Amino acid sequence: MASNEEILAGLAEIVNEETGLETEAVEMDKSFTEDLDIDSISMMTIVVNAEEKFDVKIPDEEVKNLKTVADAVNFIAAAQA
Amino acid sequence: MARKVVITGLGATTPIGGDVPTLWANALKGVSGAHTLPDEWVETYNLPVKFAAKASTPASEVLSRVEMKRMDPSTQFAVVAAREAWKDSGIEEVDHDRLAVAFATGIGGVWTLLDAWDTLKEKGPRRVLPMTVPMLMPNGPAAAVSLDLGARAGAHTPVSACASGTEAMHIGLELIRSGKADVVVCGGAEAAIHPMPMASFAAMQALSKRNDDPEHASRPYDIDRDGFVMGEGAGALVLEAEEHAIARGATIYAELAGTSVTADAYHITAPDPQGLGATRALKAAMFDGLIQPEDVVHVNAHATSTPVGDKPEYTALRAALGSHLDNVCVSATKSQMGHLLGASGAVESVLSVLAVYHRKAPVTINLENQDPEIPLDVVVGTPRELPQGSIVALNNSFGFGGHNAVVAIRSV
Repeated sequence: MASNEEILAGLAEIVNEETGLETEAVEMDKSFTEDLDIDSISMMTIVVNAEEKFDVKIPDEEVKNLKTVADAVNFIAAAQA
Repeated sequence: MARKVVITGLGATTPIGGDVPTLWANALKGVSGAHTLPDEWVETYNLPVKFAAKASTPASEVLSRVEMKRMDPSTQFAVVAAREAWKDSGIEEVDHDRLAVAFATGIGGVWTLLDAWDTLKEKGPRRVLPMTVPMLMPNGPAAAVSLDLGARAGAHTPVSACASGTEAMHIGLELIRSGKADVVVCGGAEAAIHPMPMASFAAMQALSKRNDDPEHASRPYDIDRDGFVMGEGAGALVLEAEEHAIARGATIYAELAGTSVTADAYHITAPDPQGLGATRALKAAMFDGLIQPEDVVHVNAHATSTPVGDKPEYTALRAALGSHLDNVCVSATKSQMGHLLGASGAVESVLSVLAVYHRKAPVTINLENQDPEIPLDVVVGTPRELPQGSIVALNNSFGFGGHNAVVAIRSV
C-alpha cells in the first residue's frame, strides 16, 4: 500500500514518461485534459502503466471519471485498500 | 502550359550520413554503410544474413524521448528527413491549405506491429499500447510529416514496394501541376532491419549472404553480386511551384522536369527480363519532361545488386536512350548505403538533385569485375564531373509487384 504522496509521485513519473511533462506539473488539482493537455490515447497508456505500477485494475468505464490527478490518485488508493 | 515544379529543399537520414551534407560528402567519397549487426536477435534466430546498413545517426539523437515513443522507427526517420528538407527550403510563411505531403513507405510500421504481437502473446491485450494502430499504419510517416508541418492540402502515401519513394515524387509533381498544391514535401521512409523482414527477404534469396565481408556485399553490376543489402532511413524533398519559389527568392536546386509510373503486369517479384515496363517508364518520364535522350547525362540506377535485377534495367536504359546511353554515366549508390526499400527512391532522388546541382555524379563502390552483359559507363573510383549547360539526370526505382517509377531532374 502506497500513501497518496507516493501514488502522486509514481503517477507523475508515468505522465512524464508518456508526455515529457515535468513531474512537478502533475499536481493534485490539475485536469488531465484541460491542464495537462493529455489526449485519450496517452490517457489509456497512463492508465495501463498505472495498473502495472500500483498493481490495481482500472476498468475502462472508470477512466472517463478520472478527470483530475486527484481523481486518479484517490481511485488507485481505494483500489489498493 | 503546365506549371513548372522545382526542388528547393533536401533532407535525408541514411546509412552513410544522418543529414544531406554528410550523405553527399560520403557519396562522393565512396564509403560502405553495411556492417555486421550487433543485435542479439541475429544469433537468437540464427538468421542466414547477419549484416545490414543501419542509419548512421540513430533517430534518438535528433528527436525527443516523447517523439520517439509515439512514432514507429519508419516515421521517426521520415520526420527527421522532412524537418531537414523544410529547414533547407527556407520557407518561413506558407499557405498551409496549399501545402501537401506525399511520403512513401514500402513496409510501414513493422517494428510496431511485431512488438505489439509479442506484447499480446506475452502480457495479454491490456498491455498492447493504445498508440499501436497509428504507429503501424503505412500512412504514419505521411501523417506525422503533415502534422509536424501543418500541411493541410492532403497527405498521400504511395505504397509500391521499392518504387514507393520515387512514386511520391510523381504524386508531388501532379499535385502542383494540377493546381491542388503550391508546395509538396515528398519522400520515403523505411525501418525494416528487424529479424522477421530480414528472414523473409533472405528466404526469397533476395539478400546477399556475404556475412564475412559486409562492406563488399552490395556490388551492383559486379559479376559476383549475390543479392541486396538491407538498408534503412529516409529521404525528403521540398517541391514547389516555380513561381512560388521565385516570389520568395528561394535557392532552387533543380527542376523536377518529368515523372512516370508504370506496371510490368509480368510477375509478382521477378522483373520482366526484357525490361519492358521499365522502358515504358523511362520513355514516359522523358516524354513528360520534354526530354530527348541527348539531354540525359547521368542516371542514378535502381541497381540493387541482385543477380536477376540489374540486367533488365540496362536493357531498359538501352531501349529508352539508344546509342546515347554510351555517353551517360551511371551511379549505383546502393553499393554504398544498401537498399532502403520504400525510402530508396527518395534518397536517390536527393542524390540525383545534388548531382545535377553540383554537376558531379557520386561513385559506385565494390565494382571489381563488371558483368559483361551490362556494359554501362559506371562511375567508379572518383566522382564524375557532369557537363555545363542544361543537363538531365534520371532516377529509376522498381519494386516487387512490377512497379516502375522514374523521375527526371533538370538543371536550372
